[in-house]
Amino acid sequence: MFKRSALPVLTVLGVILALWYAACVPMNSAWTAQQLARSGATMTVTETVGAAWSQDRPRLPAPHQVAVELWDTVVMKKITSKRSLVYHGWITLSATLLGFAIGTSLGILLAVGIVHSRAMDMSVMPWAIVSQTIPIIAIAPMIIVVLYSIGVQGMIPKAIISAYLSFFPVVVGMAKGLRSPDAMQLDLLRTYYASDAQGFWKLRLPASMPYLFASLKIAVAASLVGAIVGELPTGAVRGLGARLLAGSYYGQTVQIWSALFAAAILAACLVAIIGLIEKVALRRMGMRQ
Amino acid sequence: MIYVVFAVLLWVSGWMLNVRLANGPHAQSRSIQLLVPAIFGLTILLIWELIVRGLSVPLVILPPPSMIAGRFAGSLPILWQDFVQTFVKGALSGYVIGCAAAFILAIVVDRFDFLRRGLLPVGNFMAALPIVGTAPILVMWFGFDWQSKAAVVVVMVFFPVLVNTVAGLRDTSDMQRDLMRTYGASYSQTLMKLRLPAAMPFIFNGLKIATTLALVGAIVAEFFGSPTRGMGFRISTSVGQLALDMVWAEIVVAALAGSFFYGAIALFERGVTFWHPSQRK
Amino acid sequence: MVSNLVISAQNLDLTFQTNDGPVHALKDVSLKIGKGEFVSFIGPSGCGKTTFLRCIAGLEQPTGGQISVNGMTPEEARKARAYGYVFQAAGLYPWRTIGGNIKLPLEIMGFSKAEQAARVARVMELVDLSGFEKKFPWQLSGGMQQRASIARALAFDADILLMDEPFGALDEIVRDHLNEQLLALWARTGKTIGFVTHSIPEAVYLSTKIVVMSPRPGRITDVIESTLPKERPLDIRESKEFIEIAHRVRDGLRAGHQDDV
Repeated sequence: MFKRSALPVLTVLGVILALWYAACVPMNSAWTAQQLARSGATMTVTETVGAAWSQDRPRLPAPHQVAVELWDTVVMKKITSKRSLVYHGWITLSATLLGFAIGTSLGILLAVGIVHSRAMDMSVMPWAIVSQTIPIIAIAPMIIVVLYSIGVQGMIPKAIISAYLSFFPVVVGMAKGLRSPDAMQLDLLRTYYASDAQGFWKLRLPASMPYLFASLKIAVAASLVGAIVGELPTGAVRGLGARLLAGSYYGQTVQIWSALFAAAILAACLVAIIGLIEKVALRRMGMRQ
Repeated sequence: MIYVVFAVLLWVSGWMLNVRLANGPHAQSRSIQLLVPAIFGLTILLIWELIVRGLSVPLVILPPPSMIAGRFAGSLPILWQDFVQTFVKGALSGYVIGCAAAFILAIVVDRFDFLRRGLLPVGNFMAALPIVGTAPILVMWFGFDWQSKAAVVVVMVFFPVLVNTVAGLRDTSDMQRDLMRTYGASYSQTLMKLRLPAAMPFIFNGLKIATTLALVGAIVAEFFGSPTRGMGFRISTSVGQLALDMVWAEIVVAALAGSFFYGAIALFERGVTFWHPSQRK
Repeated sequence: MVSNLVISAQNLDLTFQTNDGPVHALKDVSLKIGKGEFVSFIGPSGCGKTTFLRCIAGLEQPTGGQISVNGMTPEEARKARAYGYVFQAAGLYPWRTIGGNIKLPLEIMGFSKAEQAARVARVMELVDLSGFEKKFPWQLSGGMQQRASIARALAFDADILLMDEPFGALDEIVRDHLNEQLLALWARTGKTIGFVTHSIPEAVYLSTKIVVMSPRPGRITDVIESTLPKERPLDIRESKEFIEIAHRVRDGLRAGHQDDV
């Protein structure tokens, strides 16, 4: 499968890269034109293009500028330095992981409760589904500030937002998974006079694994977004969201783009790790996708 | 203190009532299905009110629902203005542009297999990223007003709708496509008569996901810069002033907007995909 | 007889390349089908009967030999809308009414609205589904859906009807009923029919010619010209002649199974 898509994917990425470089020229040249008008000099086409690709604060940074900045702040700085993207990435990541862990554990527990108690199912499930249509992320600033005022700051408030965002996808997905065995399977267990608990451990839980992993991927991406957004309201100085904010305040566009790419790479890695765990787990259970 | 005791009693009795209703003889009826979560929600609201008053929780931490309702009623003009700015101008316009663009690209991608094999993995990848992070860049390019928020929404809804539409267009069975071949049908005839109708359930799945993303994108984008209007703006400034009842009032607006937007698309879906097993219980 | 030849296959070969080596779906298949014949193809899985039908329809490309339909290549015959195809599953669009489903090929082939309405009414009457035009497929039983699928294949008046195990998913009684109706239809319209089936009684009951095939490689083991009269009530299945022909088919199938269990 990889061989089939390798060439098309590379082609598409190549085209995107080419379009990006091309777009830099019109986007950045306005500033160059201004400078030229002031000094009265002129530039050749090649010089204009070259200038468009190497500005200090470009409207659209060129790919190599972003790559250089990434290399600079990830590899060339010490991890403990305040300029290191690894440092900032870790700040955001720690909140993400903590929130993800809390959110998914609570989500799984609630899902188990929903599947086994009709009262819980009928009262909570509609709200869980409705909550997916509500932009919960709007609550983020409030949570940060409220907890700040009672002395809780730093990682915990961000983790709470992350937990909140990962909670509901896991509840809905896990409930769907626990309910996925068909009537025939459930009847078979009844002929063995199996208890609810036995049915849970032997049938429902294994059957829910594919659904669980699908919602874990959504949940981890949502957790990351929650942690980043959590860094915005109080003007935090540490974390990827803080770097985004600082970059936008001071007009440091290359910094913004590199922070964004770092966040993107982090998200991709997290989803990929869960995908890997999924593959191993499902293979051991004989449920190869 | 008595409030707290009352709250506990209310929780217990509400729960017991729900257990009775859920396990009772009429549990399958539509009215009970609506009543149980309604009782649950109402119980939560009442307990909230009682606990906040009973324990004298400071208003800067958690205002009681009655106060929020009062603030809501008293600030309707501001709330309406914010709603129009964020939802109508920002989220809705971005939603329409983003979904239309994704739809058109999906059809182009479907036509050319090479493009599909290259773009779909990239699209799946992009759909999982924190697109919200593009907000500062788009604010820089499009300015503070609603256009940058619409731009964020376009980027956020684009990939999920693209991925879902492409998946839907491919969902026809070999047999159906063979049948079209036996009629000597052209590509566009096959597209209009078979693949687009068959893709509708997938397309609407993407459109529903996109409604939530649109509202989230518009609100969060306002955290990065906004004129003195908009739900995100109001939330962040009210938070700064510790006027939490206003924050909650805005959240209520966001919740209503989100639910109605989703509900409208779901209603539209029911009309278009009336034939799908999931729609005909 | 030559001008009456509708389908003519000579030394047809179809080989797939798979990971486990080449698969000879069809090897050296030669057959002549004349106008108005009802030809059944019967054999175990993998014998190539469906593949051969698809070759006639131009849905598969043979790797060797020749095949012509109405004097043209299958591709050209398909463009000329020379045949109607009925699949194993009804495959009706759930978002169209029965009438809308039957109109599908008519819309694609460019018939006028008035023509479409007239043809729909006519073929629905042919398969005994009049009155169900406005219903949706899920409101009909399996047998009725399959009848609608046949009506759809008849709507544009192709001379040839190709049917791939159309009644396989239905129960015995419905199947008997549909077999009778199919024969009546054939008598009324005089079409040339190619019919793939798993069932020996069905093959013998319906056909004027029975082609017995066997797998690995896919080939024709026997071609039986049926001596049964054209008028066939259902109880002809108990007659001596019928049983003899059925025996011959069974022997042909057994011969093809020699290399298996």
